[in-house]
Amino acid sequence: MRWSKLYTFNCFRGHHGDAGADGPSSDGAGAVGGPGFSRVVHCNNPGLQKPLKYPTNYITTTKYNIITFFPKAIFEQFRRVANLYFLLTAILSLTPVCPFSPVSMIAPLAFVVGLSMLKEGLEDWRRFIQDMKVNNRKIAVHKGDGEFMYRHWEELCVGDVVKVEKDQFFPADLLLLSSSYEDGICYVETMNLDGETNLKVKRSLEATLPLEEDESFKDFQAVIRCEDPNPSLYTFTGNFEYERQVFALDPGQILLRDSKLRNTSFIYGVVIFTGHDSKVMQNSTESPSKRSRIEKKMDLIIYILFTVLMLISLISSIGFAVRIKLDLPHWWYLQPQKSNKLDDPSRPALSGIFHLITALILYGYLIPISLYVSIELVKVLQAHFINQDIHMFDEETGNTAQARTSNLNEELGQVHTVLSDKTGTLTCNQMDFLKCSIAGVSYGVGSSEVEIAAAKHMASGYDDHDMPLEDIWEENNEDEIELVEGVTFSDDRLMHGNWTKEPNSSTILLFFRILALCHTAIPETNEATGSIAYEAESPDEGAFLVAAREFGFEFFKRTQSSVFVREKHTSPNGTTEREFKILNLLEFNSKRKRMTVILKDEDGQILLFCKGADSIIFDRLAKNGRVYEVDTTRHLNDYGEAGLRTLALSYRVLEEAEYSSWNAEFLRAKTSIGPDRELQLERVSDLIERELILVGATAVEDKLQKGVPQCIDRLAQAGLKIWVLTGDKMETAINIGYACSLLRQGMKQICLSIPTGDQVAQDAKKSSLTTEQAAKESLLSQIANGSQMVKLEKDPDAAFALVIDGKALAFALEDNMKHMFLNLAIECASVICCRVSPKQKALVTRLVKEGIGQTTLAIGDGANDVGMIQEADIGVGISGVEGMQAVMASDFSISQFRFLERLLVVHGHWCYKRIAQMICYFFYKNIAFGLTIFYFEAFAGFSGQSVYDDWFMLLFNVVLTSLPVISLGVFEQDVSSEICLQFPALYQQGPKNLFFDWYRILGWMGNGLYSSLAIFFLNLCIFYDQAIRAGGQTADMAAVGTTMFTCIIWAVNMQIALTMSHFTWIQHLFVWGSITTWYVFILAYGMTLRSGDNYQILLEVLGPAPIYWAATLLVTAACNIPYLIHISYQRSCNPLDHHVIQEIKYLKKDVEDQTMWKRERSKARQKTKIGFTARVDAKIKQIKGKLHKKGPSLTIHTVS
Amino acid sequence: MRTFRTHFSYEALLELRSSYTCSSVKTDSKFTQQELPACKPILTPKWVISVFVLIGVIFVPIGVASLRASQQVVEIVDRYDDACVPANVTDKLAYIQDKSIQKSCTRTLTVTKDMNQPIFVYYQLDNFYQNHRRYVKSRSDDQLRDKSKAAVTTNCDPEATLNGKPIVPCGLIAWSLFNDTYNLILNNDNLTVDKKDISWKSDREHKFGSDVFPQNFQQGPLIGGKTLDPNVSQLSEQEDLIVWMRTAALPTFRKLYGRIHVDLKVNDTITVHLENNYNTYSFGGKKKLVLSTTTWLGGKNDFLGLAYLTVGGLCFFLAFAFTLLYLIKPRKSGDNNYLSWNRPPVGR
Repeated sequence: MRWSKLYTFNCFRGHHGDAGADGPSSDGAGAVGGPGFSRVVHCNNPGLQKPLKYPTNYITTTKYNIITFFPKAIFEQFRRVANLYFLLTAILSLTPVCPFSPVSMIAPLAFVVGLSMLKEGLEDWRRFIQDMKVNNRKIAVHKGDGEFMYRHWEELCVGDVVKVEKDQFFPADLLLLSSSYEDGICYVETMNLDGETNLKVKRSLEATLPLEEDESFKDFQAVIRCEDPNPSLYTFTGNFEYERQVFALDPGQILLRDSKLRNTSFIYGVVIFTGHDSKVMQNSTESPSKRSRIEKKMDLIIYILFTVLMLISLISSIGFAVRIKLDLPHWWYLQPQKSNKLDDPSRPALSGIFHLITALILYGYLIPISLYVSIELVKVLQAHFINQDIHMFDEETGNTAQARTSNLNEELGQVHTVLSDKTGTLTCNQMDFLKCSIAGVSYGVGSSEVEIAAAKHMASGYDDHDMPLEDIWEENNEDEIELVEGVTFSDDRLMHGNWTKEPNSSTILLFFRILALCHTAIPETNEATGSIAYEAESPDEGAFLVAAREFGFEFFKRTQSSVFVREKHTSPNGTTEREFKILNLLEFNSKRKRMTVILKDEDGQILLFCKGADSIIFDRLAKNGRVYEVDTTRHLNDYGEAGLRTLALSYRVLEEAEYSSWNAEFLRAKTSIGPDRELQLERVSDLIERELILVGATAVEDKLQKGVPQCIDRLAQAGLKIWVLTGDKMETAINIGYACSLLRQGMKQICLSIPTGDQVAQDAKKSSLTTEQAAKESLLSQIANGSQMVKLEKDPDAAFALVIDGKALAFALEDNMKHMFLNLAIECASVICCRVSPKQKALVTRLVKEGIGQTTLAIGDGANDVGMIQEADIGVGISGVEGMQAVMASDFSISQFRFLERLLVVHGHWCYKRIAQMICYFFYKNIAFGLTIFYFEAFAGFSGQSVYDDWFMLLFNVVLTSLPVISLGVFEQDVSSEICLQFPALYQQGPKNLFFDWYRILGWMGNGLYSSLAIFFLNLCIFYDQAIRAGGQTADMAAVGTTMFTCIIWAVNMQIALTMSHFTWIQHLFVWGSITTWYVFILAYGMTLRSGDNYQILLEVLGPAPIYWAATLLVTAACNIPYLIHISYQRSCNPLDHHVIQEIKYLKKDVEDQTMWKRERSKARQKTKIGFTARVDAKIKQIKGKLHKKGPSLTIHTVS
Repeated sequence: MRTFRTHFSYEALLELRSSYTCSSVKTDSKFTQQELPACKPILTPKWVISVFVLIGVIFVPIGVASLRASQQVVEIVDRYDDACVPANVTDKLAYIQDKSIQKSCTRTLTVTKDMNQPIFVYYQLDNFYQNHRRYVKSRSDDQLRDKSKAAVTTNCDPEATLNGKPIVPCGLIAWSLFNDTYNLILNNDNLTVDKKDISWKSDREHKFGSDVFPQNFQQGPLIGGKTLDPNVSQLSEQEDLIVWMRTAALPTFRKLYGRIHVDLKVNDTITVHLENNYNTYSFGGKKKLVLSTTTWLGGKNDFLGLAYLTVGGLCFFLAFAFTLLYLIKPRKSGDNNYLSWNRPPVGR
């Protein structure tokens, strides 16, 4: 008990002592391992650990706590210029300078700021709850004497020994001590870290293997000296001092917080990094805050309005100063001789300056205080609709679309370029073993999806240009479902044991063994069905294993040292189980591009199996291993063209002596400590991976996601440019390009790549340049040639495709070349970048974003897309099987690429128009209102008196005109969602910015100016000096102000009714309700004595006066007629596309004239050069061309 | 704008995942799918023309009626500020400020048209900024309403207190109360000017207390306008004050002085004996005496009728113009040729 008390105390202290500091590097332990390697962990010894004061495992991701919430949140609020302005005015309203009562200034500000803070608070509360859930998870911790006890995660301290059970998350970064497996391995799922779904194997040190039960921790003592907390997930350096020996630690023993224990019943581990020190927390970055184009422009408009505000305030205060100097001394009824300094005739300049402040407050209605809060509210609701959209609901994963930030909704409607990742986004990352080449013979007759689609399309043989393609898609989709089932590979020569009859059956046997043995996968037996699933590092391996099983080589068990395979046809006794001892495993990485196992079969023969990229393998073949090289190369090329991913397989037989001498060296390299261990290992691996004998090659198909070609087609029709950025090699990328219709026959491909090393070296020698310069030169000339080619092209239908590989891209992204490259890329219909690194993805995105100056959207699913997603104007994450890294960094997440169409074409289009119209209207209504206050000043000696009651002004923005504009922003639809999808060309209204260009903004402002003039001067003339009632009473200021205000309420609400084109009951309620609310308010307000001269104003003064109602009608009509003329004229003479479509729908012409409707739908596409439609067009053109040449002899050939 | 992106919280992912699977039964309401039944009015030519015709049809009769009403009003306006200062006085300001002079003045008005009772008597001031902020603020509604709140004179500066005691009614508005008086004589008969009921009833009953009496009013060194008798004149019956306290919106304003319950015949001559006390000379404001009848619409106001006629006429014209437009340059509603992709590229 004593210990546990100390624990908590220690934890508590530690947390506070180190909060905020990024590590203990500053304390005394710093000397132990040098800078950056100062952490010391006393395992199982809190007494020694305590003084080091590392933070506890408590995490908090909240922005505020109870004490800091108010100051911090308020500070956040007033960082916005507009809010600061309103705060200033609110403070000034407490001084006599203010023309209004303080409450009418402070109340709206408090409301707006309060609402925003409430939202902040709620979000933070949600984060807090989430944190609490994590912090309160239970974990078994060693509390002494070999006893384990459950504790909350947050109570965990560095040095604690924990026991993690199957399918639990690791509570902190742990050092693996031992596991339920006797060899100390465990399987870890790291999906939350890097998005990879496959399991990873971690291995404990040999030394700690005996610690395999609770009791053994009774006297366990050890010290870990290691690196300081850092965000690198894949590195770890440290030493483990145990039983007077020092062992080197590597990432293989480290279990990271947030990953999950799988397939292992329990493990023991020592906590190394806790809480915010853990690698995953170190990795968390706040995503950059993005703002939409519209909002940036809106800020500009606000600045313009500020200028106008300053201007009229200046006019006002100069007017005031002049009046005060010249006239005030004569106005005896103001007792000018008793003036204070606010209106002192002897000091007009000073009074003028004071009045400037008054005026700035008074005309503040030009700046809509509620604009920000309304927009925020509208966007949240819009985001809610996006989240709720059933058409973006993926039934397979159960995921909906998620608008993770709401402030980019309208940006979705203005996208110009889509930059897409390939794997996981366009393709499923699901591999189908389709073909193989063994011993120079190609097997496998299955067709890839591309071929099927092409065949299908050709077979349908339609020639009607105008026919929409939907029908064909549907047929295709039906087919796809069949394709997904079972194994795609079919070739009787290999199946059902027939391979034994093939001439090269021994080679075939080797081929299958390589498939079944050369991998790092783990079999998982489903206990119910007995079937085996494979957890493989790459989907290719999974496909290989499934294929091998079909061939009769079922891999079913793996121990640390052996692989077990059930072979069906290799022995005459039927199915036999064979054990292969794994001697070494040289893992795959992107640099090596190959993986090797060295194993001993049951006969004691040592074999080396190696699979890898063809070029790598071919470089390492022995002289006698090149028998099948020519044939295999040919097959590889064929497969590549068919859109398949290829790998070459090879083997080698090792002599015992040769192996053991190599193994000694390998072990030495493996146990070496320090940064060059990787290099050492690579060098040693290289020694053995040579003199290989080629066996054959495999071809797997990377399946396209559902609906991807269709979606790309429609996006292209909507006028979007699509760039594909992929880490794949050029051939694969081109293949997928074909599959997605980004490339097609007859397209001129411009391939930019750096020539191979030899060539460059030769060129360099000739021109006495460095290799790098030579490469640059060559690239430059390639780009220049490409541009020239595009420029000289006469055929308007010609399309170009740009394919660039990563190395070339590295040069192309340099300052001096990037503009040339970009210009060429813009000219090309499709752009594919292959072999790009995550960094390059982000750089390309930036280049496009900044170079074109248009909105870019990046879509991806993996951790490698995070940079691109954060860099683009809009980042979209695919919440699919891969982890959530991309989603966490994204602004929107969807579960399938195909939902992008609806997200952009429907929601983007709507949100863009809604927000644009909403902002325009906001400016209109505040100008219309604000300027009337200014005009009145001219008639009130610029004294700062407002003609309206304070309460009217207060309610104007907050209550009386806010709901209709919000309903406009949330519910407005120019056309329904189906029409948006049927007429993709409508989307172009966004990128062309038809609804928020200066013409439109100024038009609305002009309308506001006109309305203010009409409202003020019409009322002025009506109420000039005459009686307003049969009873002879004249109008006083309250009567005039209230009438004018009534006119404003009517005029702006009628205006929004004219602006809307979509009335549900909600819009009706809000628009007409706002007007009603005004009358209800003035009635209720008139009941209270606080209303001053507005007491009983509607009931007694204005209500019975016909002139009041007549004025309202006149002014409302006068305000809205010009806009009515404008929209009538525009619709009749210069209709926009959505006008015409609305009319067609309204007149039900689409039902009556189906052919016209269909024809228009197909025409509504932008002239595209990419996409399925374009492909069909090109094909038809090609066929027609052939018909011309060959006449009737042509037979339409279908692709097999 | 604030993002509502959550911080990186790895727990959030897990939560997201589980919540996704839980919510796999989606609510598919018309509201969330944005498919609520809606009316989508479209401005077809028929609608445009009907709307303009309709506005015209409504506005022109209103305009005619208003104009007729305005024409029926008979109004006699007499400016007397200059005329009521004796011709030999050069310094009008000194004259008006001189308390010792009796400032009686007689004006003769001729009735131009028959005027039916009630006839309203107004005074009209010009260039008088009752809407000046310094002026408007300078009052205390509490004090006027409630006897016990006589001391509430916060906004009344510089006419709040006298020797430390509150002035009731305080403030510049009350202080500058209009104090010219008119006596009207028709054919040697005194025309009774009914000064009852010239203010709003609610003002008398709720805003000016019947138990509130003037205190220290016009007792200071500076005398503004009319004086109120502290003993007899309870504020709720000081209708001149109540009318005056309703500040006018514009520097030119009329205020009701009283009513005459006698019909006047054309060419009747009215003699007005007036006391010209009120100082408008310092700021060059005109003073006018107005006799006017009213109609259902109020006083003489041609503007409203003309504006209605103009708007109505404009709408008829627009209806006509749009009809012409549709005839000359017809565009069939929903004509697909006007879709941007069917138009020659020069169009837009």
